[in-house]
Amino acid sequence: MQVNEIKEFRPKIVAFCCNWCSYAGADLAGTNRLNYPSDVKIIRVPCSCRVNPMFILRAFQRGADGVIICGCHPGDCHYTSGNYYARRRMTLLFSMLDYLGIEKERTRVEWVSAAEGAKFAATMNDFVETITKLGENKRLEDLRCKE
Amino acid sequence: MQKIGVFVCWCGSNIAATVDVSAVSEALSHEPGVVYATNYQYMCSEAGQNTIKDAIKKYGLTGIVICSCSPRMHEATFRKTAAAAGLNPYMVEIANIREQCSWIHKDMATATEKAIILGKAAIAKVHLNAPLTASQSPVVKRALVIGGGIAGIQTALDIADAGFEVDIVEKSPTIGGKMSQLDKTFPTLDCAACILTPKMVDVAQHEKIKIYSYSEVEAVKGFVGNFEVTIRKKARYVNENVCTGCGLCTEKCPQKNVPNEFNLGMDKRRAIYIPFAQAVPKVATIDANYCMKLKTGKCGLCEKICTAGAIDYSQKDQLIEQKYGAIVVATGFNPIKLDNFEEYSYSQSPDVVTSLEFERITNAAGPTSGQLLRPSDGKHPHTIVFVQCVGSRDTSGCGKPYCSKICCMYTAKHAMLTREKYPDTDVYVFYIDVRTPGKNFDEFYRRAAEEYGVHYIKGMVGKVAPKADGKLMVQASDLISNEQLHIDADMVVLATAIEPDKSARPLATMLTASMDTNDFFTEAHPKLRPVESPTAGIFLSGTCQGPKDIPETVSQAGAAAAKVIGLLAKDTLTANPCVAHSDEMMCNGCSSCEKVCPYGAITYVDKEFRMPDRTVAIRRVAVVNEAVCQGCGACTVACPSGAMDLKGFSNSQIMAEVDAICK
Repeated sequence: MQVNEIKEFRPKIVAFCCNWCSYAGADLAGTNRLNYPSDVKIIRVPCSCRVNPMFILRAFQRGADGVIICGCHPGDCHYTSGNYYARRRMTLLFSMLDYLGIEKERTRVEWVSAAEGAKFAATMNDFVETITKLGENKRLEDLRCKE
Repeated sequence: MQKIGVFVCWCGSNIAATVDVSAVSEALSHEPGVVYATNYQYMCSEAGQNTIKDAIKKYGLTGIVICSCSPRMHEATFRKTAAAAGLNPYMVEIANIREQCSWIHKDMATATEKAIILGKAAIAKVHLNAPLTASQSPVVKRALVIGGGIAGIQTALDIADAGFEVDIVEKSPTIGGKMSQLDKTFPTLDCAACILTPKMVDVAQHEKIKIYSYSEVEAVKGFVGNFEVTIRKKARYVNENVCTGCGLCTEKCPQKNVPNEFNLGMDKRRAIYIPFAQAVPKVATIDANYCMKLKTGKCGLCEKICTAGAIDYSQKDQLIEQKYGAIVVATGFNPIKLDNFEEYSYSQSPDVVTSLEFERITNAAGPTSGQLLRPSDGKHPHTIVFVQCVGSRDTSGCGKPYCSKICCMYTAKHAMLTREKYPDTDVYVFYIDVRTPGKNFDEFYRRAAEEYGVHYIKGMVGKVAPKADGKLMVQASDLISNEQLHIDADMVVLATAIEPDKSARPLATMLTASMDTNDFFTEAHPKLRPVESPTAGIFLSGTCQGPKDIPETVSQAGAAAAKVIGLLAKDTLTANPCVAHSDEMMCNGCSSCEKVCPYGAITYVDKEFRMPDRTVAIRRVAVVNEAVCQGCGACTVACPSGAMDLKGFSNSQIMAEVDAICK
């Protein structure tokens, strides 16, 4: 009898964090030793408005299971209005992704300030849990670039 | 292909306890382009930095990746290290394996795995890094202060005392602003003129300060450190350098029927006037709208009687061009117009006055020489009703949604002073809330209510109606006893909401400084950079940024001055090289980027392109002003053709990181 080893699903999660608030919030989560799963990998961007929808599509194409964008709270953007642009762009993009079959839960925009280490960790724990329940993201696989 | 060196830091046991550092450096050494990988206990220490420097020289590294703490901690350190070894500082990338890895994960296997992935992402990014050079631009050592109220005065004095030239542009004939119209100031009750006018004299006598009174800013070009400003000096028909301010002309002018704006139209002035006795500069001004000589050519009396020969009817507006390194906005406020508040009968009864008018009535230099008299019949009022929040905290659309902040305190002051001077007067104050956040403010309010017997009633006034006997019927509700009140008042004083001066909006457009929906200037950061505009080189002072009282205005003015001094003390400005850049071959001049830029850093030029068929085509292309761009990247996403990119965080760099993470 052959026993197939069931491999535990570990999601791939890309988090775009703005340099001024959320990246600092992530650092604070670290300083306070607040745990969240290692599946989350952070990419530092100057502002949430730097996140091009292309980056998110690329991440899903390359096999990401979830993408989260974190920026300063509305009204607190280092560049005044960048997070508002991000919010608008992502609202449009996420509904388009939903239409393509990438569940809305796989994408998220969150506001995390530099003082909210606990919120950052909680958000990431929650997001990873959501994605783990959803399972692997198979959409866009056909479009996946072969090396 | 880059030659990349990887340096993994243990950070003592901070990283090494949960991340297998030698496994990380070993794994990363096999990445393409990596020619050297090592790990060391403390990379940021001198020995650690020397390891990096030696490796850069020995292996001819063109890029380095440091797996260590957050770039917010030591990015600057390692950039300096790279620069010291002759490598461009922007060829350094940091993989954050402490705050975002070792400190949050307990399991060594997963933490090591993650650290390797973060390292790979940084390597993928550094492959696409390009050396960046920060541009330098010279700083013009002169500041412009727009607005000559207490905010502008204090800012100008502080900057000038530090040894820099300052110009004040004030649109009215004198500096002094709203504070010069006030009587006493809360909570200490010292008289506004006694504390303001010496400062005005200091400004006039300061060798580093030049006042452009009766002038406005016409145009602003340039950027931080190098603004080119055009100032329109309006014709006042009096030679400022010759006029002695004797005031003879202002007594003899036959045109006596001009509403005196300094007393808010409650009395009259002449067509040639000096706004008030302590005006700075103390120079007469002819009001061209009323002067008979300028309107009809007949009169000329002032010219005949002026012993100094200062009158010049042929004077024209002058345009002055000047360069500045920094601009301070101090345009101040005005009480709102009360057209939307007919229920208070402001336009129907002269005995319904705004608080600023009441301030003039109680001022010794005011229309009644400081005696509290009803404007309608000049009699002493025995019952005065103060109405708070007239147009403030009003979300109905008639007024302003914000709290005007100063009204609670000045109403307490008015009520207290009235009771002190005229104990026979009944004083009622209707309020929604009494807000007294400030040093000694609540004590002051309690004194008004408890010691001076001012009747504070929580509730709103519904209607003020003039009665046949000359009194005013005030209809109000008392929310605590839940009663309807009818008070026969002799005077009603409206604590009118304040709004930014009307000149602020066009000025903001000229300066490309951002404003909120209420036309207050927005600050670069509401908590951490409260006196700077998001636009570099523009600073905010006083009520142009939000309602505030005098102590707060003066502290903000000093803070703005400190920021300006910090800027002007530099000979050159080093710009952040991580700025947007447009590829002119791809740009189609669509203006999408310009619209999203919060700093107005993008302009368009017509550029000649040589086409393959040897013809020359002219196309409109975007150009980024690197001194103005702050590097947020909003334009890069808005650009439909992909021409706009951000140095240091380019599309390809971020894509490479995404690829490395998702592999």
